[in-house]
Amino acid sequence: MTTLNTELSTQPRPHTGAAWDELRLASGAIRPNWQPLMASLDALGRDEFAIRVENSRRILREHGVSCFSSDSSGEREVRWELDCIPFVISAPDWRELEVGLVQRARLLNCVLGDLFGVQRLVRDGFVPAPLLHANPGYLRACQAVRVSGGNYLQVYAADVARGPDGRWCVLADRTQAPAGFGFVLENRSVLSRVLGEVLQAVRPRSLSEILPICREALRRLAPSATDNPAIALLTPGPRNESYFEHAYLARLLGFTLVEGGDLTVRDRRVFLKTLDGLRPVDVVLRRVSDAFCDPLALRGDSLLGVPGLVEAARAGQVSVANALGSGLVECPAFLPFLSGLSTHLLGEELKLPSVATWWCGQLRERKHVEAHLDELFLRPAFSTGGPQAGPGELTSESRAEWLARLSERPHEFVGQEQVQLSLAPVGNHQSRPVILRFFVVSNGRDYFALPGGLARMTEQSALGTTTLALSGVSKDLWVLPDDSERTVPPSFVSTPAPALERLASDLPSRTVENLFWLGRYTERLEQILRLCRSAMGHLADESANGQPEALAELLVHLGLAAPPEAGRVASERLQKELMAVLYEDTRSPGVRELLDRIHIASFSVRDRLSADTWRILNRLSFDAKLQPGHLPLVLAGSVLNTLVHDLAALSGMEMENMTRGHGWVFLDLGRRIERSVAVARLLEAALRCSGRRELLLEPLLEISDSVITYRRRYFAEPRLAGVLDLLLLDPTNPRSLAFQLAVLGSHAASLPAGPNPEGVAQFQQSLAALPGKLNCVRAEALDAGADIPATVEWLGGFALELGSLSDLLTHVYFSHVVPRVS
Amino acid sequence: MKAQIFDITHTTTYNYGSPVTVAHHLLRLAPRRLRRQLRLAHELDLKPEPASLSRHTDYFGNEVAFAIFEGAHRQMRVTARSRVAVGAAFIPDATETPAWESVRNLCRTDLSTPVLEAGEFAFGSPLVLLDAPFNDYARESFPPGRRILDAVLDLTARIHQDFKFDPTATTVATPLAQVLEQRRGVCQDFAHLQIACLRSLGLAARYVSGYLETAPPPGQTKLVGADASHAWVSFFCPGLGWIDADPTNNLLPSMQHITLGWGRDYSDVSPIRGVLGGGDEHTFSVAVDVVARGESDDEAQVKAARVT
Repeated sequence: MTTLNTELSTQPRPHTGAAWDELRLASGAIRPNWQPLMASLDALGRDEFAIRVENSRRILREHGVSCFSSDSSGEREVRWELDCIPFVISAPDWRELEVGLVQRARLLNCVLGDLFGVQRLVRDGFVPAPLLHANPGYLRACQAVRVSGGNYLQVYAADVARGPDGRWCVLADRTQAPAGFGFVLENRSVLSRVLGEVLQAVRPRSLSEILPICREALRRLAPSATDNPAIALLTPGPRNESYFEHAYLARLLGFTLVEGGDLTVRDRRVFLKTLDGLRPVDVVLRRVSDAFCDPLALRGDSLLGVPGLVEAARAGQVSVANALGSGLVECPAFLPFLSGLSTHLLGEELKLPSVATWWCGQLRERKHVEAHLDELFLRPAFSTGGPQAGPGELTSESRAEWLARLSERPHEFVGQEQVQLSLAPVGNHQSRPVILRFFVVSNGRDYFALPGGLARMTEQSALGTTTLALSGVSKDLWVLPDDSERTVPPSFVSTPAPALERLASDLPSRTVENLFWLGRYTERLEQILRLCRSAMGHLADESANGQPEALAELLVHLGLAAPPEAGRVASERLQKELMAVLYEDTRSPGVRELLDRIHIASFSVRDRLSADTWRILNRLSFDAKLQPGHLPLVLAGSVLNTLVHDLAALSGMEMENMTRGHGWVFLDLGRRIERSVAVARLLEAALRCSGRRELLLEPLLEISDSVITYRRRYFAEPRLAGVLDLLLLDPTNPRSLAFQLAVLGSHAASLPAGPNPEGVAQFQQSLAALPGKLNCVRAEALDAGADIPATVEWLGGFALELGSLSDLLTHVYFSHVVPRVS
Repeated sequence: MKAQIFDITHTTTYNYGSPVTVAHHLLRLAPRRLRRQLRLAHELDLKPEPASLSRHTDYFGNEVAFAIFEGAHRQMRVTARSRVAVGAAFIPDATETPAWESVRNLCRTDLSTPVLEAGEFAFGSPLVLLDAPFNDYARESFPPGRRILDAVLDLTARIHQDFKFDPTATTVATPLAQVLEQRRGVCQDFAHLQIACLRSLGLAARYVSGYLETAPPPGQTKLVGADASHAWVSFFCPGLGWIDADPTNNLLPSMQHITLGWGRDYSDVSPIRGVLGGGDEHTFSVAVDVVARGESDDEAQVKAARVT
């Protein structure tokens, strides 16, 4: 068997130029720190490794690990890509990195403390004033806002590269809301499943210490002494590039995932809007960038923030992590000053140097940049937007433009040295340039570097021209253990365990609303799928005479198909319409449209869904994407079956695995209301059909999954009265209207009073009146045909009434108002 | 000191198309205390009654009230009543002021407190982006070596002459580049424009928000901008401090101008800024009434006027 090792060694050596080769020594031999890994990958063998890679992809797909990326064509969701060969860091390398990263976090925290406080550093000349005054990232509204314990940075990340001489250098500091931490944990969890024995053999440092440290440090940030502070993770929402990890971390840490609209400031305190009313929030772990956190005090065009958050922080009523304004020091303009600041503030040399950077606001530095225009990255000193140019990219025209810029607004630009990135092996036996992202968290007293991180494979040319977002293929970062002196992470001295409290009340109203619509949309999808499946079945049955016509008419009455065109065979037309309902993106109501809605609703509540539920939802969208092939009807039939099964699995998961809190009640309310409306509408449409109604009875039972029940009960061909009795009045049939009303009634009784108790009472009363109305229907009389027009009208009215009940419910609990700035 | 006493009533009324359930507002309506401007009285009258009201001093030293309104309301009325005594501004002889280049160079290098603080106002800001040929327009008034006060007076006069006061030409959202191009606007636009010109030369300039006397005594001309809040600029001159200039009226403000506060531009000092929950469309009206209660050169008299 050809092993990975030999495979790699027989490959022609990639032309690395001067770049540092992470895997190999100059002699071509594997570096000692990579040997255990490569040996155990070799032991797996090439075929087995390919299977493991495939497994990792499947797991990531099932977990729905994705991030959003924006490009010229707009926003799109991209799958998270994990390369299964980890990136190895030797114990000595890690010792160097660890102290350097921790020092940098401490340094930047001190700098922030000074700049948002007395600003001695500016007066004493260690930080040039324009780094604040000309910097759009300097939030004046946050000046002198007290920060609990002086902890501006709870989480810090650094993008690090290794230069040709093997030395580490920091390309960028991330100080406001560093992304990627959740992806690190997910990468490790996937690799531990697919490469368990390799992990055992190499024994990289564990990542498990980090979460308790984070949790405890954030608890300690709470402004007032409380045993169980309420902590919320503020996300920009499902469209953010790293929403996956916000939901993931909220679940791992046990914090409530909230969007700006879920929080409100009253009397300078932050509250969470829940079904039970307002609940105080003590700590906000935010993933919203600085300027967007408060549309009142900061950027007025932000829809992501919480009006009054800065005031609440100023009043000392809430702690925000990282502190508002901490993004100040992550701009390139600060890089050249960190070395001097380290000596001045910490009395230590800067251990992990920054990439060589010249800030043009100083005359000598500007002259240097002007003299080396072609060798440097030219980029904005403050924000990431604006003109930039890579080494050697300047034309004579753009060179003149740059010289003009540098003379007019020198302080707005920096020149940066080009770092030749080191090369790391990737799965297909090649090497690619790599950038590492490391994370450092505060434990309240000091900083602790996560012995791991993200390695991202990139292009040399992308460096400096990208914002280093979470793009490209990632690798898990394995730090080798240091056996000689085992470092023990700092831990806490006897913290009392938090009181166990079952918090049903931390559900944001928005989450509940999404669950409600998730219930409605999944049920609506199931109805459409069952309808299509039944119609499809009767289409294939050549002997059925008249049935396609009747079904086509039913679809028209249900609004699923256009009225008939003259001169077309019914079965052909029906087939065309069904295909459109199944496959056309723009069809409404249609399967694709509903899947989109389900995706959006479920994505917004993914921190509330179990991994298994999420896996089913992912399978659902995957299964639905199969395209019709040469045998469209046959394939459509099997797709329909698969989807119906997926939905059955989903509702089973909801029934068996969700705790019966308000979230579940609203999910089921949505499902039951939708099913009630669907039954009423289906029967109404069937009764309105002009053709032979009896042809529809069998399909009606199929759609309502009641065929077996009917046969067992009546041992006969379906009769209208029997079908109506079973689908409307039978309280034991879980598909009947009577059954739905009973369940709805019991849910209504358990609804929280919420902000609008009168509305809740009105909802309960209206719902309570419905079973009485249902009892007026007398199924037996319908056989004679006399009461049909009246029943049609009654069913239509009933469906409308249910619809307005749904409106009332959403109005009572979720009448969100979008804040606007005046 | 010789001072003019003013009573100011500033009423803003918002009418909302649908009920506002919760609203957060920052109010900058308290006249700033200055060496030559005493705040004798100030009160805020808010309808409906706010659920909470707190005060702090903002980054630029202006007093801010933070009000939260809870419970559905279709109208909000903010009335600020103030009494101030305004003394004459110190306006140096232009020949005593330094050449404008030396001011610029000092702003870039001096780390002493007053200059360092002034330097903050030499860069672009949210509403004063230095993205248009402001420098080209300003240059004519700033030949090499010209005394800074002379140059600023010339620039003030040119803006007054070249630009037409036209309330229909711009809104709060009109970019400054467009004002420069179309040569029309209101006091806020002219202030922003002059600030952009000064900053494009490397000079420090700030935006001042305030009031003018509504109905001057017979024989005096009514100044433009008197019926609402007014805006002008202030530029920094080392050793002499900040000197105000009003491009809308082509003069250096003194006892007719009442200072509310200042910042880099309007966005730092808008009198009322709020975030509403609900409300859909809204209309608002502003009424400003500034009445002179007479001059006084007696300290005791000024102090006595403090009682309201």
